[in-house]
Amino acid sequence: MSAGGGARTGREGPERFPARIIYTAAADLPAVVEQLPSAPGRLFLGLVVEEQEPPTPWHLQYWWAEPDSSWLVVDVAAQDPSIPSISAVEFAADWPEREAEDLFGIAFAGHPQLGDFVLHDEDFGESAVPMRQVAGGHGTTAAAGDAYRPPRIVEAPGGFLMPVGPVFSGIQESVRFLLETVGEEIMHAQVRLFYKYRGVEKLMEGHAPDRALLLAERVNGTQATAHALAFATAVERMAGAPAPMRAQMLRTLLAEWERIRSHVGTLAGIVESTGLSVPANHLIAAEERLLQQSAEHWGHRYLFGLVAPGGLTGDPGPAALGAMAAEAERVVSDVLRVCDRLTFDNSFLDRLEMVGVVPPARAATLGLVGPVRRASGAEMDFRRSHPYAGYDQVPPAVAVEVEGDGYARFRVFRRELEASLHLIQQLVHKIPAGPVTAPCSPGAGWAAATVEAPSGALTYWVRLDDHGRIRRCHIMPPSLANWHGLPDAVRDYAFQDFPIILATYGLSVADADR
Amino acid sequence: MPWFWEGMKSPIRTLSRRRPDQPPGVTPGRPVATALPPGATWNPGICPVEALQEDSGAIAVEFDRCVHCMRCQQPEAGVAWAYDYQWARQHTPPLPRAFQHSIHVRIIDAGDCGACLSEVRQLTGPVYSLHRFGIYVTPTPREADVLLAVGPVTAGMKAALREAYQAMPTPKRVVAVGVCALNGGIFADGFAVEGGAARVVPVDVAVGGCPPPPLAILDALQRVIGRGLARSGEVRA
Repeated sequence: MSAGGGARTGREGPERFPARIIYTAAADLPAVVEQLPSAPGRLFLGLVVEEQEPPTPWHLQYWWAEPDSSWLVVDVAAQDPSIPSISAVEFAADWPEREAEDLFGIAFAGHPQLGDFVLHDEDFGESAVPMRQVAGGHGTTAAAGDAYRPPRIVEAPGGFLMPVGPVFSGIQESVRFLLETVGEEIMHAQVRLFYKYRGVEKLMEGHAPDRALLLAERVNGTQATAHALAFATAVERMAGAPAPMRAQMLRTLLAEWERIRSHVGTLAGIVESTGLSVPANHLIAAEERLLQQSAEHWGHRYLFGLVAPGGLTGDPGPAALGAMAAEAERVVSDVLRVCDRLTFDNSFLDRLEMVGVVPPARAATLGLVGPVRRASGAEMDFRRSHPYAGYDQVPPAVAVEVEGDGYARFRVFRRELEASLHLIQQLVHKIPAGPVTAPCSPGAGWAAATVEAPSGALTYWVRLDDHGRIRRCHIMPPSLANWHGLPDAVRDYAFQDFPIILATYGLSVADADR
Repeated sequence: MPWFWEGMKSPIRTLSRRRPDQPPGVTPGRPVATALPPGATWNPGICPVEALQEDSGAIAVEFDRCVHCMRCQQPEAGVAWAYDYQWARQHTPPLPRAFQHSIHVRIIDAGDCGACLSEVRQLTGPVYSLHRFGIYVTPTPREADVLLAVGPVTAGMKAALREAYQAMPTPKRVVAVGVCALNGGIFADGFAVEGGAARVVPVDVAVGGCPPPPLAILDALQRVIGRGLARSGEVRA
């Protein structure tokens, strides 16, 4: 393909990692992105920034997932950190660019809103660029900057801004919503994330993959298997040594088990937001049952310490696998029974139907992922389009709904429970005998891996140095993409719909904040 | 109304007060001090956070550092695990007797990964049913007797945690839940991390683990009012 002046393309990486790479100069970047042939189903995953030695210290990789099982990477090397913004042609790059500006000090020319994103102004001065490596990562100490003044958009008689958070009622993760209104309807919403920013990617630097794995699992503790799987798969691709077949299939089983638990939790959240406490408590008890079973068969309630580069750390044996499949069936059929009763409950349906509508075209522009995207009519599932672990042997059924409202999202979560249960029942009979670990000693280089976490496409990009230690790791979490799309879904709906729309998105703050 | 009958018909799921350890899996367990076999040496590489150290022929456990990586649970590591949940340590006297039957808890997420918060959420569910102990979750710090903090306290949440504590009436207690809230845990070295709730507010009861199971958090809350859970689990080598 020809795209932009001076662009050249090439293939890189092992066989199971087909990526088309377009090298371009910074000045030509927007033209190159604009000229990419439009492929329905292409998804912008994220932006990887690396700082290397002069003369061209800045290396940027813009990552897209292609619908044909490959990846598309636009690679930019630049002398100084002034890169044109592509958010006008690829709207999903809006937040990744803001993140790179905050952490590396890259001025994306033409971006409408830079500054105060990851590093809040009240905690860090604008000069702080903590992720820089060659320049010493100066400004990493917290130095209070200006007091935070929420930006106002709505100018109308009687218009006011209602701040919610970062600490609000109940047992909620910390995040702030700025809701602008003149009365009943939300006219404009902003999400202020990164109150919980822990700097996981910076903490990983300089550690061996085995140690960094602990951090990957704890980015989002409720989806630890997905994070560990993405990280381990990236490291294994770099080593050119995939995990043994038994480990791959067991990982698939663990990932589906985690999806069931996560979706039951999300459904409980949806039901709780509509105020129906009996079915909500029913689902919370079902989730607890799955947590107990996780600890009984795998040692840890949130499946920490199982997936590791090279395979798995343990093997529960056939009896435990059979017990897990039986328990999954018992819990899922129980949850489905509650869900089916809910679909006949008017007070439940009234709160979900035609509320928080995201039309398919809008979902594509926003680059939404996971169940939220599938509820807006897209058959986007990385287990099918970019198979990893054992998914090429047990392709899952993809649940798609077209309405894009809260009820469509509820139905996607519900149908995915059935699909995951079906996968587990198939897997139990297909897991081959054999070892669960293989030696994995990666050399210098980079690799990436995308997995379908319970909340959507999760990508880990890892660069190792000559000693096999992590030089840079970049996480592209599904929740960040979906948080970016939330303000669109709540606009023009009433205040009391807000918590319900939020619950149907099934978002995690820790996942996005990292 | 149909949901009311649905709730009446469903079985009681709440764990027994006397034997809360009945179903397996309520606790992931934790490593405990183990005597080394004669002539054996401890491989310090097993524990990535240096919670386990060799000390005169035995493996000593500093549980406050443990992040539940589960690596010492492998049989070849030779470390005994206790399946208990009385993990809380109390630094100050409990609240006065007047609080014995009703305390209100304000929960603050100071940067946790979601696992600790999920365990706290389970506490309010039907299986652990926090309310039967007279412990209630309140949305406002003005009505709270206990501040329950999870997470390593990030730069963004430091002010919120401090202000919530200052807004609470006295007498008040702080419960730090999870290894992150104790000392920052795996995130302690982060540039955006304060490293434990004790750096911002005085901690009265601390419960380690990654994450501590609901029963361990319940035990910590019970200690605030001068009680504690009756039973605990067995030790398996």
